[in-house]
Amino acid sequence: MLFYSFFKTLIGQQVTVELKNDLAITGILTSVDQFLNIKLDEIRAVDEAKYPHMMAVKNCFIRGSVVRYVQLPASAVDTALLQDAARREAQQPTTGGAH
Amino acid sequence: MDNFIPQIFTTSASLVDSVDRKLLVVLRDGRKLIGVLRSFDQFANLVLQDTIERIYVGDAYGDIPRGIFIIRGENVVLLGEIDLDKEDELPLRQVPVEEILLAQREEMEARARREKLKNKLLHDQGFSVDFTETDLY
Repeated sequence: MLFYSFFKTLIGQQVTVELKNDLAITGILTSVDQFLNIKLDEIRAVDEAKYPHMMAVKNCFIRGSVVRYVQLPASAVDTALLQDAARREAQQPTTGGAH
Repeated sequence: MDNFIPQIFTTSASLVDSVDRKLLVVLRDGRKLIGVLRSFDQFANLVLQDTIERIYVGDAYGDIPRGIFIIRGENVVLLGEIDLDKEDELPLRQVPVEEILLAQREEMEARARREKLKNKLLHDQGFSVDFTETDLY
């Protein structure tokens, strides 16, 4: 739940999602869900020539299970808030960690 | 299962806006399917209608008509909404299916040869080479 809430605060920001196959997609975060599935708008694949199938695609839905990293602008993150939330989560985990 | 928050109560990354739209679906085995999304569920299982499988090799692509697909969500990498204008001005050329399948087989054989060489070199250095990549996207 913590990271779901964290990503919700980043909606509207430009992020780069790196998938487990090394494909990196830059776009504006439009929504996220409890599985950390991500929807991006106005996307651009970072290495366009290598991934020609992405050329005609402007928005996408990325299944959470294939994400390796989500690169964010540092200015968009309130680290103190995040640390507090993480501390609270460590004491009382909200939703199940085992899927 | 009872720990899953019902999707209706969350700001969900829902696919409901993508229903009845022409989408590109990339699967974990590397396949690219283009079809109209008719249905989905919380696992990202999908129903695609009028699906074509598009094979890309180099600057060319070829299409194979496939009909209706039910895709198990665990195999889905991403869904992309196709911009119909951009699709018309792709810098790629469409070629007949036989040609693209030939090109694809050659590309796979080249990749297999590289893998084999790499495995041999690793093996000679003492590494174990029993790993086969199953995610080919």
